[in-house]
Amino acid sequence: MSNSTFKSWYKSGSPWVWLNAGAVSVSLIAVIGLVLLIAVRGLSHFWPADIMSVEYNEPGLEPTVLIGEKVDHEVVPAERVPADYQLKEGQLTVERDLIKIGNRDQFGLDFRWINRDWMGEVSYPENILAVERREWGHFYGYLVSVLENGEVVADGEQAWQEFQQRLDRSNDLVADIKYIEKIEIGKINQALESLRLDERRLEMSDVPEGDPAYAAIEAQRQLENDKYAKLQTRLGDLYQQLMRDQVVMQMSNGQEVTLPLSKIVDVVKPNAMSHFEKLGHYFHEVWKFVSGEPREANTEGGIFPAIFGTVMMVLIMSVIVTPFGVIAAVYLKEYARQGVITRTIRIAVNNLAGVPSIVYGVFGLGFFVYFLGGNIDEIFFQAKLPSPTFGQPGLMWASLTLAILTVPVVIVATEEGLSRIPRAMREGSLALGATKAETLWRTVLPMAAPAMMTGLILAVARAAGEVAPLMMVGVVKLAPNLAVDSVAPYLHLDRQFMHLGFHIYDVGFQSPNVEAARPLVYATAFLLLLIIVVLNLTAISIRNRLRQNFKASDN
Amino acid sequence: MPEQTIENSVIAAKSKSARRRRNWREFKDRLARVVVTGGGIMVIVAIVLIFFYLLYVVVPLFNSAELRSENQFSQVPTKNVHLTLDEYNEVALSLDENASLRFFDAHNGSEISTVELPVPPSNTVSSFSAGTASTGVFAYGLDNGQAIVFQEAFKISYPQGTQRLITPEILYPVGEELVVVDPQGQPLEMLTIQSYDDQTTLVALTADKRLVMSRITKDVNFLDETDFTLENETIEIPLESRSPVSKIRLDIDQRELYVIHADGNIAYYDVQNADQARLVQLVMAVPEEVSITSVEFLTGGISLLVGRSDGQIDQWFPVRDAENNYSIQRIRSFADQDSPIRSIAPEQSRKGFLALDDAGNLGIYHTTAERNLLVENILTDANATIALSPRANGLLTVAANGDTRFYDIENEHPEVSWHSLWEKVWYESRSEPEYIWQSSSSSNDFEPKLSLTPLTFGTLKAAFYAMMVAIPLAIMGAIFTAYFMSPGMRNLVKPTIEIMEALPTVILGFLAGLWLAPIAENNLPGIFSILILTPIMVVLTAWLWTKLPKSIRHRIPDGWEAAILIPVVVLVGFASMQLSLPLEHLLFNGDMPAWLESHGIGFDQRNSLVVGMVMGFAVIPTIFSITEDAIFNVPKQLTIGSLALGATPWQTLTKVVLLTASPAIFSAVMIGLGRAVGETMIVLMATGNTPIMDFNIFEGFRALSANIAVEMPEAAVNSTHYRVLFLAALVLFLVTFVFNTLAELVRQRLRKKYSSL
Repeated sequence: MSNSTFKSWYKSGSPWVWLNAGAVSVSLIAVIGLVLLIAVRGLSHFWPADIMSVEYNEPGLEPTVLIGEKVDHEVVPAERVPADYQLKEGQLTVERDLIKIGNRDQFGLDFRWINRDWMGEVSYPENILAVERREWGHFYGYLVSVLENGEVVADGEQAWQEFQQRLDRSNDLVADIKYIEKIEIGKINQALESLRLDERRLEMSDVPEGDPAYAAIEAQRQLENDKYAKLQTRLGDLYQQLMRDQVVMQMSNGQEVTLPLSKIVDVVKPNAMSHFEKLGHYFHEVWKFVSGEPREANTEGGIFPAIFGTVMMVLIMSVIVTPFGVIAAVYLKEYARQGVITRTIRIAVNNLAGVPSIVYGVFGLGFFVYFLGGNIDEIFFQAKLPSPTFGQPGLMWASLTLAILTVPVVIVATEEGLSRIPRAMREGSLALGATKAETLWRTVLPMAAPAMMTGLILAVARAAGEVAPLMMVGVVKLAPNLAVDSVAPYLHLDRQFMHLGFHIYDVGFQSPNVEAARPLVYATAFLLLLIIVVLNLTAISIRNRLRQNFKASDN
Repeated sequence: MPEQTIENSVIAAKSKSARRRRNWREFKDRLARVVVTGGGIMVIVAIVLIFFYLLYVVVPLFNSAELRSENQFSQVPTKNVHLTLDEYNEVALSLDENASLRFFDAHNGSEISTVELPVPPSNTVSSFSAGTASTGVFAYGLDNGQAIVFQEAFKISYPQGTQRLITPEILYPVGEELVVVDPQGQPLEMLTIQSYDDQTTLVALTADKRLVMSRITKDVNFLDETDFTLENETIEIPLESRSPVSKIRLDIDQRELYVIHADGNIAYYDVQNADQARLVQLVMAVPEEVSITSVEFLTGGISLLVGRSDGQIDQWFPVRDAENNYSIQRIRSFADQDSPIRSIAPEQSRKGFLALDDAGNLGIYHTTAERNLLVENILTDANATIALSPRANGLLTVAANGDTRFYDIENEHPEVSWHSLWEKVWYESRSEPEYIWQSSSSSNDFEPKLSLTPLTFGTLKAAFYAMMVAIPLAIMGAIFTAYFMSPGMRNLVKPTIEIMEALPTVILGFLAGLWLAPIAENNLPGIFSILILTPIMVVLTAWLWTKLPKSIRHRIPDGWEAAILIPVVVLVGFASMQLSLPLEHLLFNGDMPAWLESHGIGFDQRNSLVVGMVMGFAVIPTIFSITEDAIFNVPKQLTIGSLALGATPWQTLTKVVLLTASPAIFSAVMIGLGRAVGETMIVLMATGNTPIMDFNIFEGFRALSANIAVEMPEAAVNSTHYRVLFLAALVLFLVTFVFNTLAELVRQRLRKKYSSL
């Protein structure tokens, strides 16, 4: 009975409909799962995880205690474990945990797989410290005492208080030093460089050697050098003060290590923190991530320069792409004679949106960087040659390349907006005696503004996510300076910059310590994803509202 | 009254201020037209510029060589045996048959210096030989069985700032004393020399037709370079053929000796160890009635270029067979000249050469590209010596009557041809013709191998697996969303798919490489069971759903099937992953990658399976959106009519809707393919980027796009490598552009059809 109904059910086509429905479900799960995966992995990184202390009895070795943070877990089939591993009778799998034991300078490795079978008692002692250092990654251990110039000033209970206070002081000093080194000395270097260029220009225009102009430059240079010497002595002082304090820490194996405070960024006792305190620390960490500078070959610290670089590039790109995209769309829709040629151009523009982004990168490198940039250097920056100014990948070329890449998006969106405007509006305006330009400026363009906005947002979203072309025209692993600073001309279009997308590629695939960098890559990916999803949702909602508006006015 | 106002306003309109205002408005209107038209055309031109710029960079690759006569002057006629040029084409050296050497300015012939070699007055020169040009070593053989070995050197100094001064000189790498080649003291009739890395070998044919070899090993005191000891070892090599010897050639590493006989036989000897010299092969190199007129090594000393009396030039090199035995084989031939080849001049840094024939024609060739770049008549009397400059950009010819000419050669990219880019090329030291992409290497005398075929293959492989994933999911999903889904759910699904399209591929690539690849490696059976179980479980759920009591079924309206299936799909995925380990244990001895390897299927962690899944994911939204649009816009009267005639929804879909929308679905697939072909970050991050040609789903590949991303920043501007990468970009551009245009045309026709229905 059920057989025949199955047959008729099959004949009705229902299974196919359901299979089609299944395809939708799979796609939805894939998208949502992917976003969730990145969100969970990216966001959980900042949570101050509990640090466990575990007895570990590896056969053939002395039992040890390991301190660390559990980061991963895996089940290995018995066939894949090393031959010398002692399996129990009937044991088919081995479970292992990946533990971040930190202290890379002491242990050589900061991650370690440990087998569940060999683990002894696990505890979470409240007085374990997680120390974030400027070098060598995290340090886990117990605080023994605080030293000033090698003398113990606090130990036992008071040590923790003292440690925190002195850490604040040393962090302030570090900030002072950084200010002097980056900003003030940066200015002096800039001044010296421009003096050097002045001198070179004099030489190139064949000013003879004894000319007073040279002496003036030399005097200026002396002035700058004096300033520099003064700053140097101040820096020396600050460094002296910074070196004052150390802490003595005990590691998991009982060994004591002295850490200078100058190398410590932050310290917490995660096991002793309440959930509320952890939440506070969580946001503190998130802030450090988005506002800080990268350390340790980008595998630690923040990503502020990458965020800044991405934003700058997208801004400059928008400034270029919006007027040109809109003008091209207006031309195609309003001025060009509608015929075969216009149709061909429209198809071509449409198709350019489908041309691989890497092709634009190749074009950008060849045309903008080597051809345009090379010529600009020849004409305007001759004194600086052979070191290139615009003849190398940089912010301006990256923005221009992406502008060309995204201009079809703006054109298509604007054209769509223009074609949605009812004929009556235009004709009404013209009938009242307005010229074509006035109709366009006063009536048509304001009505099409949301469509242009949509186009721009989509362009920005696309530009923010592109990496392949940028790898050729200006993105670098680590940019020493931001594109905007306090030295004239303030906006340095010739500088190379960092980018969120490239940061993901670089840290995830080119860094020496992928395991340590992975959570950071997830966090960066989440940030990029967030930006792009928000931009796209905005564009979609503007577009939907726009369509509804026109529907209403059509009726 | 109203008439009056009209009249007034007409008068007002004619007033000066009104006219000025109107003119101003008109001017603005015209200005706007000019600005918009100009701007619009500019943008369009900028876009078109991409194509032309790419073409502009690529075209020089296929240019022929050019020869320009720069200087011409006369010198005292001498009987020269050899001629060389320095690296900057400034100083030339001519060596005459009486062992006197003359350095002169290559552009006007003025003498710089002459050198008389220390040949004892009682002896006369009986033979001459030049080693490989890059070593600058020469030897004159004497009539007492001895030889003198010397070397040219060009010292460069900058005595006045940037002005370059080249001082030529002659050195004696094995000392000024004569080298004994034939201990029996017979005159050396024919000689060949090579000197490289403290080892010098001379092979000579004596007047009594014995082949003698002398190997000198130089032991330099590492504290003082001028202090060295020499060790000379002399042996006799038995000749195998009775035919008179016409030429002897030794390779730069002094391992292979070729003796060319007058009857066209080439005897190939292995002389790596002097005391174990042996004949490897005796081969007839030319057909009857054709003779060998000149023989030279290609740079690197592996290939032998054989010039023949019929104007053809053959390239031969030793090939290793399956049993590790070498035999020389004719690899390729060039038959662009007609007269006997008189001399061959190999380039020093590329696998190209020049050939001069008896009619005075000069041919420029490249071996691996199988390209003849030029044949031009430059001499009326072929009795001349020629010198090719080390950078292969200058040519000096000295005719017997002293007429000397210097030519500029423009030949930037001889190594690129249709053959070397797309066809199998037989490279030196390879056992067969292959497709190879290998653009750089650490060694100096490396030949770049620029076959785009493996890269194109990689691109197509990636696109194929991506489409395998994307086409069914996207099209089926689009059918359901457009035709069966309730509007409420559709409003949720469409933005989600749009978000999916906007996901940066760098994130997808990162997940593919660092998250999915290890998971797939450890749970391979699980991945495959998902692929098999999901459709089965979906149909099973659908069947069970019909068996549920109506009260439950009616709670969920029609068109929400996809939502019901979400937990099912999640569950299948979870269960498959849980089942993976037991399955692997049961079927594949617990380790599927190892099991695959043991069955001869290579396995990489970052493989095409991972790329297929993730790139499929990236392509789904493109195909989905266009297909969904097309199906949704099928005119309603068609479907309503079909349903009214009693067809089920599914019948209506397959017989009416899909047929109508099929051109759009085709164009959706084309656009999706275009996207898959050009995708860079995913293939860059999720594969090993090894340029192999293997369709195995468990191995990686190197795609055109990823290759550009990796190599472009390192390619020197305007080098061959740089231009070939531009060519790769141009190929990508054209392929995607053609796909997209086709798709767009199909869609436009469909739209017209819909509007007429």
